Amino acid sequence: MSQLQIENLTVEFPSRKGDFIAVQDFSIELQAGEILGVVGESGAGKSTVGNAVIGLLQKPGHMIGGTISLDGERIDDLDEEIMRAIRGKRIGMIFQDPLTSLNPIETIANQLIETIVLHLKLSKADARKKAVDLLDQVGIPDPSVRIDQYPHQFSGGMRQRVVIALALCADPEVIIADEPTTALDVSVQAQILDLMRGLCRERNVGMILITHDMGVIAEVTDRVAVMYRGKLVEIGETAQVLGSPKHDYTKSLISAVPRPDKRINRFPLVTYIEDVGERKEVDIANHWLGQTQDYADFDGPLLKLTDLSMRFITKHSIFPSKRIYLDAVKKVNFDIKSGEVFGIVGESGSGKSTIARMVTGIYKPTGGKIEFAGADLTAMTTAKEINPWRRQMQMVFQDPFSSLNGRMRVEDIIAEPIQFHKQVSTNAECYAIVHDLLDIVGLGKVAARKFPHEFSGGQRQRISIARALATRPRFLVCDEPTSALDVSIQAQVLNLLKDLQEEMGLTMMFISHDLPVIRQMCDRVAVMRNGEICEIAETEDLFNNPKHEYSQHLLSLMPKFFMDKN
Amino acid sequence: MISFIIKRLLQSMLVMLTVAFISFGLFRFVGDPVSNMAGQDTSIEDRQELRKSLGLDDPVYIQFFNFTINAAQGKFGQSYMLREPVRELMAKRFPATLELALVSSVIAMLLGVPMGVYTAIRRNTLLSKAFMTISLMGVSLPTFLIGILLILLFGVTLRWLPTFGRGDVVQLGWWSTGLLTASGLKAIIMPAITLGIFQMTLIMRLVRAEMMEILRTDYIKFGRARGLSNRSLYFRHALKNTLIPVITITGLQIGSIIAFALITESVFQWPGMGLLFIQAVGNADVPIMAAYLVLIAFIFVVINLIVDVLYVIVDPRLRASSEGD
Repeated sequence: MSQLQIENLTVEFPSRKGDFIAVQDFSIELQAGEILGVVGESGAGKSTVGNAVIGLLQKPGHMIGGTISLDGERIDDLDEEIMRAIRGKRIGMIFQDPLTSLNPIETIANQLIETIVLHLKLSKADARKKAVDLLDQVGIPDPSVRIDQYPHQFSGGMRQRVVIALALCADPEVIIADEPTTALDVSVQAQILDLMRGLCRERNVGMILITHDMGVIAEVTDRVAVMYRGKLVEIGETAQVLGSPKHDYTKSLISAVPRPDKRINRFPLVTYIEDVGERKEVDIANHWLGQTQDYADFDGPLLKLTDLSMRFITKHSIFPSKRIYLDAVKKVNFDIKSGEVFGIVGESGSGKSTIARMVTGIYKPTGGKIEFAGADLTAMTTAKEINPWRRQMQMVFQDPFSSLNGRMRVEDIIAEPIQFHKQVSTNAECYAIVHDLLDIVGLGKVAARKFPHEFSGGQRQRISIARALATRPRFLVCDEPTSALDVSIQAQVLNLLKDLQEEMGLTMMFISHDLPVIRQMCDRVAVMRNGEICEIAETEDLFNNPKHEYSQHLLSLMPKFFMDKN
Repeated sequence: MISFIIKRLLQSMLVMLTVAFISFGLFRFVGDPVSNMAGQDTSIEDRQELRKSLGLDDPVYIQFFNFTINAAQGKFGQSYMLREPVRELMAKRFPATLELALVSSVIAMLLGVPMGVYTAIRRNTLLSKAFMTISLMGVSLPTFLIGILLILLFGVTLRWLPTFGRGDVVQLGWWSTGLLTASGLKAIIMPAITLGIFQMTLIMRLVRAEMMEILRTDYIKFGRARGLSNRSLYFRHALKNTLIPVITITGLQIGSIIAFALITESVFQWPGMGLLFIQAVGNADVPIMAAYLVLIAFIFVVINLIVDVLYVIVDPRLRASSEGD
């Protein structure tokens, strides 16, 4: 008999604009010890399924049809009191963000013991013993010491282990993991997935793994269910679904995942998903964006970093000997040639974003030199001196939600850099350019009068790109421009960046933690770890024949499902 | 932790020195103390004599130095109008103000925190809505109006409570307390409510907003998914996190209750420092004004220090960054 059975689940969210059906006629069965993946893009309703199972649908959402049964007993119509006894005891849940899943002002011990005492009715001392055991099982070193620490004293990966320990502490029969590794680095992600798979097998626990990441699905799940707009479009053995998908949506979803194994010219567009208008191509020779190639041609590398360093003080003290420093970037050297796309890849904390911030002038480096087209930017002190150079380099940020001012209209957001650098004399001219830019990024003039919140993440990232183009730059820094986006949207945005780069002859510094994306986008790549560059190589050389040990390690962690297929 | 406290203490000293300088400036620039003290018929020689005995002939920095030394010992000279040492006047009045402030803060917290929690948890009940309406009135009605309305109702119409004064007081050393006699307790009710109602509504609204914010966080959601009871979620996990910002505001509010009790004190003729200060302003009684200024600044500084230390105790994340490893 299946452990968990969901039949014809339908969830509705009433709203002013009418009722929204988040999940419709969704049915799956979970066997003991099985890992079932639920995959889909944002808004597909996959988290809603998880919340419905545990009886914690976000209000005003509610089930309007279907049943959920655990070991053959219906649990969706239980009283709140009875349901509470099931939560944590028989169904455990793991959430996405380990940094916010734990109460910051209680020790790990208190949080674990409270839950264990509640469900298993042990004495406090026994509960503590069990808690230490659990922490040991989830791979936390020195559990008897670390149990008395607070969440902020653990790293992200370690916190997720604590979260797993909390979800497992009453020996549940079923675990629901909602994007459990999305907030983690690849190498940590691999460890956590290993751990979760091991625990499921060992304890014969069934797990529903909700994720948007095909790599994760390929790595750990036995079966996979694909969701699209609240409906189940396909379900089957993981290898079969990924290898020979039946449904069109699944096919297009899989084709949008950047391939790690070979470089292709463009991402196949997913026609199934949110449509963006036709974009206008730029003929750089007769276009406004081209007019300003007013800068002198420069033969050498466009950007040259010499011994660039950044040191942050992590603990202040009046005595210099007692200060503690963090060397985020240690004497980094590299050149970027004109027209090149240069990638920087590394895990969080490797210093890749710090380099971007120093190059664009957000941080002032503590050592070394940044030369742009032969001019030493680090030697310039006044804004007047440096602004003409700043105008030539622009940045696209990671988070499309916080990088646009929500109180400004889109056209004003894009016009601001033009006005700041006084590039045109009249307002009419300025806004004409803004509308043209919106066409170029494929949003169209209708977007001009709207506010950022009216757009989806991918559309906002297009606005960011238009804003970056507004100063007619020749150098673009993209700091994880697509890591907050769904794969299909990511494919569109990456295609856009590629087109613009080709049409306008832009030079790009492209920062990402995602190796397949790097492979598709970059000509040369630098691999960074702990503020140092391990290896700089032509992209194809790096992927085919990594020299440095750490590069090899990173490559070994890439999702493998494409390789398996071929 | 220790270096953190030392740093804060040094900053506090700087604040106190600045305040001392300002209140010293009062003496030099607000009228001539000699003509304030001396009558019309005092001779020029006597005035000279008085000037010398007050040290007004010394250079400015010496005067400031002497002033600071004296102020640190609580010596602010004699009140011009009452002809009594300021220190004794203050010592007589201070307990009245402090008792009023503490009683009203306690009322504000005892009512404000539970009301805030209640309105955050049961947002749509009738009682919640009633609390919110009351709180709106509390924020918008001026203190003196509430005071006068209370007097009208409980003092004049119902005759339950006295309308002015502190009632009987008991001396405990130099401290005079009204909290140990029935008439004293009766007398403090209305002024304390008047003074506390604004703080109460402020605390309530703050707790409500913070609590609602915290209840949306992932760790509360995760707690729910572990089957924790509502009681534990609300009062153990959420409330403690809520209190972190509440501590700051409440601390600063106690400071301003003490500093700005003067309206309430005037309305109820409460014999506290505020009343003394108002009278001093009317008579240009500079020593009292200066002493009041320094004392209030001192209270603010002490409360801030306590708040900072409490912060570190409640929030372990701050402990790590202030202690180092």
